[in-house]
Amino acid sequence: MRGATRVRCAVGVLAVALAATACGGGSSGGSSGGSSNGIVRASWGDPQNPLEPADTNEVQGGKVLDMVFRGLKKYNPKTAKAENLIASSITSTDAQNFDIKIKPGFKFSDGTPVTADSFINAWNYGALLKNAQLNAFFFEQIDGYDKVHPDAAGATATATKLSGLTKVSNTEFKVKLNQKFSLWPDTLGYAAFYPLPQSFFTNQAAWLKKPIGDGPYLIQNYTKGTQMSLRKWDGYTGPDAAVNKGVDLRVYTDNNTAYTDLQAGNIDLVDDIPASQLKNVKSDLGSRYINEPAGIIQTVAFPLYSNRWSSAKSAMVRQGLSMAINRKQITQQIFQNTRTPATDWTSPVLGSAGGYKAGLCGQECTYDPTKAKQLIAQGGGLPGGKITIGYNADTGSHKEWVDAVCNSINNVLGNNKACVGEPTGTFADFRNKITNKQMTNPFRSGWQMDYPLIQDFLQPLYFTNASSNDSHYSNPQFDKLVNQANADSDTGKAISTFQDAEKLLVKDMPAIPLWYQNGSAGYSSNLSNVLLNPFSVPVYNEIKVK
Amino acid sequence: MGRYVIRRLLQMIPVFIGSTFLIFFMVYALGDPVAALFGERAPDPATAAQIRHDLYLDHSLGAQYLHYMKNIFSGNFGTAFNGQSVTSLMGSAFPITIRLTIVAIIFEIIIGIALGVITGMRRGKPVDTGVLLLTLVVISVPTFVTGYVLQYVFGVELQWTSPSVSPSAPFNELILPGLVLALVSLAYVTRLTRTSIAENTRADYVRTAVAKGLPRRRVIIRHLLRNSLIPVVTFIGTDIGALMGGAIVTERIFNIHGVGYQLYQGILRNNAPTVVGFVTILVLVFLLANLLVDLLYAVLDPRIRYA
Repeated sequence: MRGATRVRCAVGVLAVALAATACGGGSSGGSSGGSSNGIVRASWGDPQNPLEPADTNEVQGGKVLDMVFRGLKKYNPKTAKAENLIASSITSTDAQNFDIKIKPGFKFSDGTPVTADSFINAWNYGALLKNAQLNAFFFEQIDGYDKVHPDAAGATATATKLSGLTKVSNTEFKVKLNQKFSLWPDTLGYAAFYPLPQSFFTNQAAWLKKPIGDGPYLIQNYTKGTQMSLRKWDGYTGPDAAVNKGVDLRVYTDNNTAYTDLQAGNIDLVDDIPASQLKNVKSDLGSRYINEPAGIIQTVAFPLYSNRWSSAKSAMVRQGLSMAINRKQITQQIFQNTRTPATDWTSPVLGSAGGYKAGLCGQECTYDPTKAKQLIAQGGGLPGGKITIGYNADTGSHKEWVDAVCNSINNVLGNNKACVGEPTGTFADFRNKITNKQMTNPFRSGWQMDYPLIQDFLQPLYFTNASSNDSHYSNPQFDKLVNQANADSDTGKAISTFQDAEKLLVKDMPAIPLWYQNGSAGYSSNLSNVLLNPFSVPVYNEIKVK
Repeated sequence: MGRYVIRRLLQMIPVFIGSTFLIFFMVYALGDPVAALFGERAPDPATAAQIRHDLYLDHSLGAQYLHYMKNIFSGNFGTAFNGQSVTSLMGSAFPITIRLTIVAIIFEIIIGIALGVITGMRRGKPVDTGVLLLTLVVISVPTFVTGYVLQYVFGVELQWTSPSVSPSAPFNELILPGLVLALVSLAYVTRLTRTSIAENTRADYVRTAVAKGLPRRRVIIRHLLRNSLIPVVTFIGTDIGALMGGAIVTERIFNIHGVGYQLYQGILRNNAPTVVGFVTILVLVFLLANLLVDLLYAVLDPRIRYA
């Protein structure tokens, strides 16, 4: 028995030793993390692509670009209105030829000035097919785009420069569009339109390791996949200089861990509250929890190319399905009110002046079990007697709400097999099926706006053959109204024409609007003046550190 | 013995080729990576074609595999989508996961074997029943539950340790994640050791050793433990590979940017070079660990020898 006692002793000693070292680790972590030095410590996700303005189409990379760069326009974080930043004026008499004048005095953080060439070169680079930039299509309205970026797979460019861009002087250039688009200047706040310094073109590898921009922050160091330290750049002359000394962005593998770290005081700002914590977040953080509308709408889209959904009466079934979904209950119970039931196809962040119209969808988007059942029956019932709702299972926890939506439909129809969720393993595979027109049943579809314009919620999604028209919806009248709205130089009139087009969606219902998504964030008591912009990204340069 | 080692090393070549081949095809079957790059937007055909061309995705699957293998033998494991080379990803991820695995293995060896010896020597006693129950609980609770609970208790409530591991991931920060990673295997090691010890306490050689009047400690360590450890060593050996590859859950919970994290990202983004490269290295780790186990047999029991 003596031996065994000895072994037990060893275990005890080990446990004590472990506790001691664990203690040590904790205290050292705490002291290094004090934010008295004026740095905001924020959570981050690993950007998917290299950080090039015209190659970044997701929110994590976009966050950094918005700190490091400033463009001709900037979207007001509160009103979402596009305001001149580097541009001193953008004028046009015909909604097709634009004259852009830029303010002198802006510099890149390597000291070189921001000139008309910085924009022209950057845009030419972004549009050129050879560079395979994911956001190339943002330049498609500029004259000559079809030469530098032919549409067909395997085609080669016949020009390297957009013919629609003409330099007038170092502070002025002209842009000719290939068709009228009165709201075009308002798109220029998007990251794809940021200027690039000469060093991007001369030594791209070095630039990509440590991007150089013209914004309020510069990148001090960047360890890919782990952390990026941004510091306030004193040479920035714009109106929105950083009020803190810098931002440390830390990559988190899991937003639950980021939230736990916020509770433990290891970071100051988490801009994505995990769904599982939504119940506790108010009691944990109190007023330091932000839940604000963002320019994101979730829909269920129908594959209108499939013969299951192409009959004349099928629109009635789609309307009926829309009325069978109890949006209010689902947003409350599953999303803890971080989403708002949708009543149109845009987003509240646009504001009523920008084209958002509450209730535009009318009774077709209101829960009404009796009417829903009636409409589905009139339309010939569900195709084949049952439907599935497709979603990708790898990210975004879509299963919960898809099941809830199906449940709601099943309750209305009194048949618990009428609708079931249909998961696809990965996002890549899911997108593949949609792009290759392989869907036969409705599927989830989300849209995050590129810029706060009603045009961005309608044209890319429902215009014939548009880039995100997953339903392959085509209605000549809708196309006509959108073209007409784009050509109208009177903004107010343009927006009401867009809304006329949107009303056609109520009749045809190519996609059921479900809910508008909010941005949610939480922060530590070290910070104040934290707000989210309409893209649900924190406005880092305004954050004050105690 | 030498010839045996060489034969084992040569066997690795077909296993290496076979496994990379299988993984390559499996990743390919997950869908087109280019579609996911464009987010919720349909890829513009010209850009998609250009990206496929740049990534060598516009060739047949067989040609892609040959191209990939050719690159691997010249030391080029390809590029992840964010522009980083896979070798540099490996260079940052493997040391961290190896440290985590070492911590986990140490826990398994020290706590697992110690508990196994204690319970094995006292079969049926309250200590034995208690530990058996405890291991049952540990085995039946999923790792992510223990992970989040321990993280919350030690990281947020008690503040003994930081809930997440810093980017450099030094040993002292890996103790809690290492314990979480080790827990399930640790329970198995305890149970294996217990059974093995319990069986061997009745063996003739133990009785002989006791009858010779050897000190109890010597009987347990030199005679009983040495013979009882053979199944345990097999288990721990194969577990090295399993721990390195299976750290996805633990690494996610504790924000460790190791192999599991990179594999997860690679699968999520359908990035064949990352997934195939990392899994290939993991396969090699498995093979080497198995070789090590076989060699250890000979050390533990001289009767087991290979020509």
